[in-house]
Amino acid sequence: MKNGKRGKVVSYNKWGYIFLIPFIVVYLVFQFIPLITTVVNSLYENYRSGLTQIGPNFIGFENYVSILKNKDLWTYTQNTLIMWVMGFVPQILVSLLLGAWFSNPSLKLKGQRFFKTVIYLPNLIMASAFAMLFFTLFSDSGPINSILVQLGIFDQPFKFLSNIWSTRTLVALMNFLMWFGNTTILLMAGMMGVDTALFEAAEVDGATSSQVFFKITLPLLRPIMVYVMITSLIGGLQMFDVPQILTSGTGDPMRSTMTLIMYLNRHLFSKNYGMAGALSVLLFIVTGILSVIVYKMTNGKEE
Amino acid sequence: MRYEENNKRSKGLGVGVRRVIAYVVLAFVSILCLFWFYLLFVNATRSHGELTTGFTPIPSTHLLENWKNLLTKSTQPIWSGMFNSFIIAALSAVLCTYFSTMTAYAIHAYDFKLKKFMFSFILMIMMIPTQVTALGFLQLVSRMKLEDSFIPLIVPSIAAPATFFYMKQYMESTLPLSLVEAARIDGSGEFRTFNTIVFPLMKPAIAVQLIFAFVTSWNNYFTPALILHDEKKKTLPILIAQLRSADWMKFDMGQVYIMIAFSIFPVIIVYLFLSKFIVQGVALGSVKG
Repeated sequence: MKNGKRGKVVSYNKWGYIFLIPFIVVYLVFQFIPLITTVVNSLYENYRSGLTQIGPNFIGFENYVSILKNKDLWTYTQNTLIMWVMGFVPQILVSLLLGAWFSNPSLKLKGQRFFKTVIYLPNLIMASAFAMLFFTLFSDSGPINSILVQLGIFDQPFKFLSNIWSTRTLVALMNFLMWFGNTTILLMAGMMGVDTALFEAAEVDGATSSQVFFKITLPLLRPIMVYVMITSLIGGLQMFDVPQILTSGTGDPMRSTMTLIMYLNRHLFSKNYGMAGALSVLLFIVTGILSVIVYKMTNGKEE
Repeated sequence: MRYEENNKRSKGLGVGVRRVIAYVVLAFVSILCLFWFYLLFVNATRSHGELTTGFTPIPSTHLLENWKNLLTKSTQPIWSGMFNSFIIAALSAVLCTYFSTMTAYAIHAYDFKLKKFMFSFILMIMMIPTQVTALGFLQLVSRMKLEDSFIPLIVPSIAAPATFFYMKQYMESTLPLSLVEAARIDGSGEFRTFNTIVFPLMKPAIAVQLIFAFVTSWNNYFTPALILHDEKKKTLPILIAQLRSADWMKFDMGQVYIMIAFSIFPVIIVYLFLSKFIVQGVALGSVKG
């Protein structure tokens, strides 16, 4: 081992570079090179039609033109966003409510640790197993239908997975369950950071708790809320495991739960590399823009 | 106390009432979170025959029988799936935390020209999803002849921006550079200082990130499904997907439930022991407070 001790402080600083080597090498090999080849792929005609391999032939931006003209892309974008919104709206509302309660000292809620543990739990569950569980629970002869019929709510089993909106609702419900605990903890951290003097002042002025929440807490939380929303949107665009397993990759009924990444996955499996490349690059640009916004936000705060 | 007086005077609900509402909502939300796992547990203890007759809320006695059936009668290579998932997740977690700590230390403890650039760069790429480079990754893996190998699932975890960020935050609050300075005076090399002084000091953060990295890898489905094709190499999420796409109606439902339970409950049990650290870790890692 080399000894870094040379008497001068400056000489240590080369170790900064040395310690960065593993990260940089792995990043370049497994992230950066793949990114470049993905972009290159998007410019070539390269797919399989039956047993014959077409391409790769350079065709410029034709893949982009054809994927953007294809209605599928827009349908799947729409599906992804619809299911994201259906999960995100209840997620942020419930999280705000729970966060406000947890961080409110005058409520003195007991068992906070228990509740936090419970609501965060679904986040750690294997999404594919969770989706498989929902699939079996909500199947036509599954326990949920059995319970609903036993309770007399339905006369006969409801086919949850044959109906567009009930399938989408199930996906959204799973996403909601998996993420609202996480969001609650984040918002709570933000609420704890609010200067308590503000609350005391409001108290003296006789503000009600809902006034405090809407007039003080919420405006101060706006940066965190935007952060939560954008990171959640980036996560939402990656929605894959849950709808993939729930619908066995078909996105049924009538491809109404097919998401963008499921579409990408399909292209990758059928070795339609030109299209997969174009789709990847489009997703990269969108998530890249969203990332820059998040970066600007979190970095702006430091100053 | 003045607060309560104020509340009685004003139109807002009293603290007592609000507390009751809060408990009711919290209880409801908790049930909503746990209900599915309760159903899973009950059904995993029931035989196929019992499952077809409809749901009962009381667990039955066939848990071990289902488990034995899954191991002996099922076509799914469940043990190897579990073993593969575990190996990949454990090694990824170790590499991820060790090297992320190292990366964070490089940025935290040293001053060099590209320091600011590197830090901003890592933060920028933090949010980019791995799926968008999956195509290039897949081609790289096949060119390196690493299909059906665990290497492309383990080694990339060395470059984990989110873990790096957490470690950097943690170092800022707990690692005084004077300690590093003292080690230098004692003649410790930089690499040794990192391993014997810095790394042990980071234990709490490392524990949290080990768990997160392990769970992330354990639950990962997208990338392994593209790379692992050999039946003996597949991980649990892939086996679950196969279970879903198979003609599952013909399956012994007891086996299906126990297999799902088998993928979910170990994580839950570990989580319950460590939940305190995990929940704290979430708050600490993501946003600067």
